[in-house]
Amino acid sequence: MGILVVAEHDNATLKGATLNTIAAAQAIGGDVDVLVAGEGCAAAAEAASKVAGVAKVLVADDAAYKYQLAEAMGDLAAELGKGYSHILASATTTGKDFLPRTAALLDVNMISEITAVVSADTFARPIYAGNAIATIQSSDAVKVITVRSTGFDPVAAEGGSASVENVAAVADKGISSFVGEELAKSDRPELAGAEIVISGGRGMQNGENFEMLYKVADKLGAAVGASRAAVDAGFVPNDMQVGQTGKIVAPNLYVAVGISGAIQHLAGMKDSKVIVAINKDEEAPIFQVADYGLVADLFEAVPELEGKL
Amino acid sequence: MKVLVAVKRVIDYNVKVRVKADNSDVDLANVKMAMNPFCEIAVEEAVRLKEKGIATEIVVVSIGPKVAQEQIRTSLALGADRGILVETEEKLESLTVAKALKAIVDKEEPQLVILGKQSIDNDNNQTGQMLGALTGMAQGTFASEVAVDGETVNVTREIDGGLRTVGLKLPAIVTTDLRLNEPRYASLPNIMKAKRKPLEVVAPADLGVEIKSTQTLVKVDPPAERSAGIKVGSVDELVEKLKTEAKVL
Repeated sequence: MGILVVAEHDNATLKGATLNTIAAAQAIGGDVDVLVAGEGCAAAAEAASKVAGVAKVLVADDAAYKYQLAEAMGDLAAELGKGYSHILASATTTGKDFLPRTAALLDVNMISEITAVVSADTFARPIYAGNAIATIQSSDAVKVITVRSTGFDPVAAEGGSASVENVAAVADKGISSFVGEELAKSDRPELAGAEIVISGGRGMQNGENFEMLYKVADKLGAAVGASRAAVDAGFVPNDMQVGQTGKIVAPNLYVAVGISGAIQHLAGMKDSKVIVAINKDEEAPIFQVADYGLVADLFEAVPELEGKL
Repeated sequence: MKVLVAVKRVIDYNVKVRVKADNSDVDLANVKMAMNPFCEIAVEEAVRLKEKGIATEIVVVSIGPKVAQEQIRTSLALGADRGILVETEEKLESLTVAKALKAIVDKEEPQLVILGKQSIDNDNNQTGQMLGALTGMAQGTFASEVAVDGETVNVTREIDGGLRTVGLKLPAIVTTDLRLNEPRYASLPNIMKAKRKPLEVVAPADLGVEIKSTQTLVKVDPPAERSAGIKVGSVDELVEKLKTEAKVL
């Protein structure tokens, strides 16, 4: 019995979160096989075969998996996963979309967004927006799990030499199709994997003022995020949201600018290694979690910060 | 077309939950309960579909304790037509909930099932997708836009890095994300009217659903506390500390 990790990729490259998920698989223990399902995904499969500690790469190359739609992916992972003790995927919007289908098809429950492996059948995961950490023991024959990347350090992308094996596609039911996609184009790193994140909140006052944060971010090679308040106010799009209902990040440095620090937001960033808060309200709850707090008007402090980097 | 909406009774989102002293669970004694916020968005979306003339009947279902009737009544006050409570006082795992919902789907044969993407208590984000697999329906999860067009529905989904639109054959499942809509408040006359709308109560056994548990809650801990650090006096001092003390720049 081994562990099957369903890779997240764009057919050409392996997404970083997959390396964290493989790390979780190794923490459970056992042979780790990686499933790469896509169309024209040979490059992604090759990348997976080089990841340290992977035993075997299964490749399902078929038009049905081009966009990794939940219906086709759920069926495939259930079919291939039958012989495994655990099936893991990253807790991304792709993994969260298809993996519960896989669990239901296998007639087992699922454990979402684990942040720690206690043993092969026991896992820790945040509940109530991160206000409590539950330790859950599963008696299911196959453990179906999504992994929160911030809980596990990624394994090395190089150093492995796994065998690559083609597997057959499961007949597509044709009930869903890809219509279109609008991805935010940015030269900055993705929020989820960035080493440094600088986020703005309601204190930014409008979308134009985020330009100040972009300038700092470009100097630091940082990603830019936002609080839900800033998203709800329409300053920036939702895919920038850091928090329980947005993205969960844990960079080396997190800079919160004009963010009061609602529980909702803290749930998305409190595992960052170093937190800096810039806010003019010295009573703001964000200061209770910040390693370095600067009580100042952000409209003066941020440009000054940019000048000094 | 008929729309089925699933709602869950959870802790009110304004309440800060506390872990019990014996670490056995969170403490929900005397805590204010309410409809899960994502479920409110699901009800609102169904009501809007009815106002547009697309939905003809909205059935609201909840699986949970007797008091979950309150959340069904709230949904009826917001514009749903009738309610079903699958009543059980037992603790439920997602697969059981999905199986109970499948039994309701088989009976009611809705063209669209709308659920919240996750409940704010267990944060599982599983039930809608599981229902999709059990019923063989397609799904549009984390929806920010729902457009029904004849025999299909186009769902725009919030994904990492942007938006994706998928086309689904009806009947289909939609799970709601925050930006799908802004739920309305129930008016007093509608709350009064809701009291007279039909609410059927069934037992899981009536639906042929066995309540099975495969997950044991070993313990619940409060999250690791971060202690407050220091206040710096200037941007210069901040940059200096980040370089020499924290070594992150």
